[in-house]
Amino acid sequence: MTATVEKAPTAGSRGSQPPVPEGATTITVKIRRFNPETDTEPCWESFDVPALPTDRVLNLLHYVKWYLDGTLTFRRSCAHGICGSDAMRINGVNRLACKVLVKDLLAGAGKHTTITVEPIKGLPVHKDLLVDMEPFFEAYRAVKPFLITSGNEPTRERIQSAADRERFDDTTKCILCAACTTSCPVFWSEQRYFGPAAIVNAHRFIFDSRDEGAEERLDILNDVDGVWRCRTTFNCTDACPRGIQVTKAIQEVKRALLFRRV
Amino acid sequence: MAATLDSTPALDAPRTPRRAPVRRSNFELYSWLFMRLSGLALVVLVLGHLFIMNILDGGVHRINFAFVAGRWASPFWQFWDLSMLWLAMLHGANGLRTVINDYARRDASRFWLKILLYTATVLTIALGSFVIFTFDPNIGN
Ligand code: SF4
Ligand code: FES
Repeated sequence: MTATVEKAPTAGSRGSQPPVPEGATTITVKIRRFNPETDTEPCWESFDVPALPTDRVLNLLHYVKWYLDGTLTFRRSCAHGICGSDAMRINGVNRLACKVLVKDLLAGAGKHTTITVEPIKGLPVHKDLLVDMEPFFEAYRAVKPFLITSGNEPTRERIQSAADRERFDDTTKCILCAACTTSCPVFWSEQRYFGPAAIVNAHRFIFDSRDEGAEERLDILNDVDGVWRCRTTFNCTDACPRGIQVTKAIQEVKRALLFRRV
Repeated sequence: MAATLDSTPALDAPRTPRRAPVRRSNFELYSWLFMRLSGLALVVLVLGHLFIMNILDGGVHRINFAFVAGRWASPFWQFWDLSMLWLAMLHGANGLRTVINDYARRDASRFWLKILLYTATVLTIALGSFVIFTFDPNIGN
């Protein structure tokens, strides 16, 4: 450990604060923090951050990490809504921090804005906003999210009509951010439930005309922890940053099970 | 270095499946379907029951032993009440079963809550059916 770190343990990781840009307002970012080495319980910590209306919540978190407290921990990679790393609970709803603009969260004229940021719910918290995604991916792997076929490999590509492709187009858009699964009240209370994301990714292959594993996946989702646990709360559809009709996809899987027809 | 790499480390293979294998039973499917169908039937049965008992000529004030005896003399009302009893009890019990499945954290509490639920359900259904089938209008004489 270097002397500088010991002198300023809570300084940002990139040194002194940059000049405040023109048009910025100071808003409070209230973050649910947890350090497994020192804390027994998570607690709230607030930071005042200068923000432009065009900033995203991810910029605010960067500001905190870079200039105020370098120990703040969260995931992010692409910063453009592609990789699905930074799902978190922002003002009580699951969103990607890189897709939420500050201007949409500003309090009315003259009032001070506070934005709350929490880790997504229902998965074990490692540190601050960083959760253990393994239970989520374990459910994802359990539905066999890959092409299952029999017979010889064709020498050319597997042809599919536009209409056949259309059936599962919506569910191909998933980026596995876990916003849907961790917004589901059934998942909050019972982590063995497969969760919306796993069902969405099963749907993507069940309704694919080139795939032959539909029966197998339907059997998996017919179990106690499968689709019948869904209470059509619609939180998942509301949370999905890709606009996937998640609840609709779950209902389509239920219908396929009910009539044993894909 | 090479010596340590030779032996395979005693670790679980990554991605070892942790879910119980599929049981291939349609129980959850049928119970889901039952909830929808019995719900529909109960809307008719219960609303009809409430209307007859509480609103139709005189409402609750005309209900006495003779009224009940007269009603249960007809197989139609016997069947109505019997199906209402069975459907409502099974519908409610199945609903509570899902609530217990969702919210009971420990296996032991889940087990005992379900035992309690199933006992109460069976007792109520048995008692109710017993009364409907063995009702004797001349019991007072
Ligand atoms: S369905 Fe939407 S919310 Fe769920 S994991 Fe995929 S992209 Fe995220
Ligand atoms: S950082 Fe990649 S989706 Fe937000």
